[in-house]
Amino acid sequence: MKSKKPIGRSEILKINYLARVEGEGAMYVRVKSGKVADVKLRIFEPPRFFEAFLRGRRYSEAPDLTARICGICPVAYQMSACHAMENAFGVLVQGQLRELRRLLYCGEWIESHVLHIAMLNAPDFLGYPDAIQMARDHPDLVKLALQLKKTGNSIVNLLGGREIHPINVRVGGFYRVPTKAELEPLVEKLKWAQDASLQLIKVAAGLTFPDFEQDYEFVALRHPDEYPFNEGQIVSSRGIDIPAREYDAHFAEEHVEHSNALHSYIKGHGAYFVGPLARYNLNFNRLSPMAQQAAKEAGLGESCRNPFKSIIVRGVETLWACEEALRIITNYEMPPAPHVEIRPRTAVGYGCTEAPRGILYHRYRLDNHGVILDATIIPPTSQNQKIIENDLRNFVAENLDLPTEKLSLRCEQAIRNYDPCISCATHFLKLTVERD
Amino acid sequence: MDYESGMPLIVGIGNEFRRDDGVGLEIVRKLRPLVPQAEVQEASGEGAELVELLSEHNAVYLFDAVSSGAAPGTIYRIDSHKEPVPTKFFHYSTHDFSLAEAIELTRALGSLPRVLVVYGIEGADFDPGVGLSEVVSYAVDDVIKQCLAELATVS
Repeated sequence: MKSKKPIGRSEILKINYLARVEGEGAMYVRVKSGKVADVKLRIFEPPRFFEAFLRGRRYSEAPDLTARICGICPVAYQMSACHAMENAFGVLVQGQLRELRRLLYCGEWIESHVLHIAMLNAPDFLGYPDAIQMARDHPDLVKLALQLKKTGNSIVNLLGGREIHPINVRVGGFYRVPTKAELEPLVEKLKWAQDASLQLIKVAAGLTFPDFEQDYEFVALRHPDEYPFNEGQIVSSRGIDIPAREYDAHFAEEHVEHSNALHSYIKGHGAYFVGPLARYNLNFNRLSPMAQQAAKEAGLGESCRNPFKSIIVRGVETLWACEEALRIITNYEMPPAPHVEIRPRTAVGYGCTEAPRGILYHRYRLDNHGVILDATIIPPTSQNQKIIENDLRNFVAENLDLPTEKLSLRCEQAIRNYDPCISCATHFLKLTVERD
Repeated sequence: MDYESGMPLIVGIGNEFRRDDGVGLEIVRKLRPLVPQAEVQEASGEGAELVELLSEHNAVYLFDAVSSGAAPGTIYRIDSHKEPVPTKFFHYSTHDFSLAEAIELTRALGSLPRVLVVYGIEGADFDPGVGLSEVVSYAVDDVIKQCLAELATVS
């Protein structure tokens, strides 16, 4: 049984199965002589070998195969795969096809962010074990979120052919593009969704946040004009500014014994932070005036280093995605062809796009028939593992006076700040805090 | 899509590419021509979609495979107004929420349909592949008979 007394000088905090995260993982924290001796984010979701079974498949199969890595962010996998292949074959997808890809990504961000804000993360702040218990006291919040998530679903459904694992994306564009009339019904839904996002941001802003600011190296895409989805340089808050093809020169992965997901780090720097908070810090001035205003009214500055406030940032990004979707639909004109022609060639292709949880890097080596010789896929949760462990170490060290039960809950919350997607990363949640 | 229908809603849930997980889909496909008075849908089991379907119909019958450890082919009939749906029956994902959680969330929101019956069929084989195992396919006809009798009393 968990103790309600303050954590002793030596104790183990354990969560054997982390709830409200995607996939199977656990947390282990050992406190020895009043100091944090060991922190492990254990990912025991089995390895999934996607990179291996992509070998020998055609380039055209990569978007649909990799989409199967995740039921929450399949669009991200499709986008990174398509851009990597197009990079390999020297193709640029522009105009309305490019805009439709952004629209599809808006749908996925809305779905994923709203699910996390209301169903996975809000119960932590409001003191409920899950969204079902929360729904009894906060039915309007849950209903609002379900409706908002549905708006995202309807974008993905319309453009992708279905809500989960969309089937309409191909290298070069789409199999079929919608008519303007088909997109029109989304306009009213998105106008409502814009207002609903503002309400959700207000709810998030009213929560109580632990006083916990860290000195992170944030990494995100940055585009000259846009809040990033599919294009831009990979930039960091400590000076990295590179195209996707230089990713391997600056970033590396290592195996650690306690995790089935490789840990990423920046060569010569160490742990880094990807996801909504990183994007926000590196791209605040690329947000729309309405999203900037909503962020300010929610008490966020142009930068924010408290990971617990990611819930507000997800709300701001949801608002922005609704606005961006409306803009795209308003200006839409059906393109003459649903995709551009692809001519395979011997090449290596690199793609990096902004999945809801942060940058998702794909690299493919291809032969002259477009057959994949080898593949590397680095999902956002792999990249965040080290920083999650750092947060746990620092958070426990600063909060040793908290009762063990409360500390354990806060640790779990600290993990959920990152909305980790363990299925994606295994290519991981249980929680243990040990004091001896 | 018209969710305001007064007709009973019949929903099959599952993945036909994981053998017996497709039993719910098989049942509603066979039911479809037999129940012109009902709306028949197939669903992946995504929680938010289910909450919406449940919230907007008066009578809902759900069909899904179960993995409870009982003998394969065992048929469970759960009247959701009389008992909660055991989460272990239908848990399929940790990030999104399952059928059982969708029903409990709808109950917490006070939006359960007047009639909500869940048929669960214990599967034997959830490995990748197409086609039901023999013992589960026998249960399909039994469930259909039960459901038709039940629908006859409602209408």
